[in-house]
Amino acid sequence: MSKITELFRVPKISYRVSKVWMRNKDVFMKTYKTNFLPSLLEPILYLVALGLGLGGFVEAIDGQPYINFIAPALVAVSMMYSSFYECTYATFVRMYFQKTFDAIIATPITIEEVITGEILWGATKSLINSSIVLGVIVAAGLVSSPLFLLILPVSFLVGLLFSAMGMCFTAISPNIDAFNYPGFLYITPMLLLSGTFFPLASMPEVLQIVTQIFFPLANAVTVTRALALGNIQMSILFNIAWMLIITPIFFVLAINLMKKRLIK
Amino acid sequence: MSQDVLVKAEKLTKKFNGLVAVDSIDFEIFKGESFGFLGPNGAGKTTTMKMVQSISPLTGGTLTLAGMDVTEQGRKIKAIVGVAPQEDNLDPDFTVLQNLMVYARYFDISKEKAKTKAEELIRFMQLEEKRDVIITSLSGGMRRRLILARALMNEPQILILDEPTTGLDPQARHLIWTKIRNLQKQGVTVILTTHYMDEAAQLCDRLIIMDHGKIIEKGRPADLVRAHVGEEVLEVLFSEEAMHCLKQYFPDARIDVVGDKIQVFANKPRGVLAKVLDKVSFKGALIRDSNLEDVFLKLAGRSLKD
Ligand SMILES: Nc1ncnc2c1ncn2[C@@H]1O[C@H](COP(=O)(O)OP(=O)(O)O)[C@@H](O)[C@H]1O
Ligand SMILES: [Mg+2]
Repeated sequence: MSKITELFRVPKISYRVSKVWMRNKDVFMKTYKTNFLPSLLEPILYLVALGLGLGGFVEAIDGQPYINFIAPALVAVSMMYSSFYECTYATFVRMYFQKTFDAIIATPITIEEVITGEILWGATKSLINSSIVLGVIVAAGLVSSPLFLLILPVSFLVGLLFSAMGMCFTAISPNIDAFNYPGFLYITPMLLLSGTFFPLASMPEVLQIVTQIFFPLANAVTVTRALALGNIQMSILFNIAWMLIITPIFFVLAINLMKKRLIK
Repeated sequence: MSQDVLVKAEKLTKKFNGLVAVDSIDFEIFKGESFGFLGPNGAGKTTTMKMVQSISPLTGGTLTLAGMDVTEQGRKIKAIVGVAPQEDNLDPDFTVLQNLMVYARYFDISKEKAKTKAEELIRFMQLEEKRDVIITSLSGGMRRRLILARALMNEPQILILDEPTTGLDPQARHLIWTKIRNLQKQGVTVILTTHYMDEAAQLCDRLIIMDHGKIIEKGRPADLVRAHVGEEVLEVLFSEEAMHCLKQYFPDARIDVVGDKIQVFANKPRGVLAKVLDKVSFKGALIRDSNLEDVFLKLAGRSLKD
């Protein structure tokens, strides 16, 4: 029992998380030119292949051409990928191979602050990468509502959620190859089944509910699509509320699991 | 002369699951001295250092730095301690200067102050030519010097050096030793771990010898050597006759066989051993100064390199 409560103990953190965040930002700024091009090209490829190519064989969905339907989903997918991978592979490299966290906790910064800084950075990556994709689909004329600007704060929330989830895996991964498991068994099914490439509504109702509970991407896609297309329904409040509820749970769990792993 | 106690450990203990890594040790480190932890790999040196720097919780006992309890005042302790860890954890994405600047930021040091300090330390550690080079291209010795520079960024009251020269070539080692001596002259309190007896003898005012998590001896290097093994050792190539002969000449001495050598610890004043060699000639006879390794061998009955 006490072990469980330990895993959910709310950590004390200070402004020092910003220093961890800044370290990652400084590294990012050194290489952003090489990072930028793939982030730009990938969504364009998807839009061409799926939107124009596949879309030619697909009927309009809810009155939207297929390419307009998937475009916002691609923005949500980039939120998931950028933050989840930042806080799994990239964090693991810093923690395990570079011993960066060992270096930082020898200074007045605590492990809780290191992990929080990492998660905030993962959320920032979500904001950056999804903004690029968003820029592409706006430029392509695939966004029909000025509400799309609200996608930016949503991307930070979604990024926090996936960063925290990724960090939980990182805390329990024996080695870097172990990330193939959450990748293949969780992230890939989530990518395919979250209402990304076909509407959630085409699945049985039970499955729709299960999907929205266990696949945060489904919530992210629904909200992002609603904001991009200006098609707001009350139900998106539930999507946002659900993300707001589970994010802090994973956040606290991630910090305590990491602390358990690193403080010996 | 009364001295300020800067670090005080009582019954300090650390267990990892079943394994007792540090076994109820006591020590005191005074302000301004250089204090060594000498011992073979696995003795518990690094584990002790991690508790001193307040990054590893104690299993038992108490430990204070500058009057602050490591368990309660971790943040304040880490602010006054500089650490050059055994494992290289420099930031491979940054240059030499950036490594120092980013590290200074963790201590809340202002950018201007950090810049001045970093430039000063780059000069002190003779890294000027590598100032703007990504650190992955640095040699082992340079990386060690950079780690040392980084440990000094916060102008620490206590400098912890965990195996500062392990794995370096002799030249690089001597350069690091020179830098450490410089710091000692400036009055920095240095805590150093090593499994090199020459390093301990050269750099430490006082030291403790650790083995299997326990302190097996403590004191000044020269005193320890004198007390345990005398000033000189006679080494002779092993043969039955030589052994027999030596036992007659030195009935009270400790005589060990190490490899193919007989070692005679006569614990006699300097010069006595040489007189014996005038009378008898032994194959491969050699008189050398005794050292801490001999002390360790005597106390633990095995080599420091084991
Ligand atoms: N995180 C850890 N988990 C389990 N055992 C450890 C850990 N760190 C050190 N040890 C063990 O504690 C003992 C002392 O190790 P250490 O302090 O690193 O020795 P030294 O620095 O003197 O070589 C060794 O037996 C080592 O294997
Ligand atoms: Mg060690």
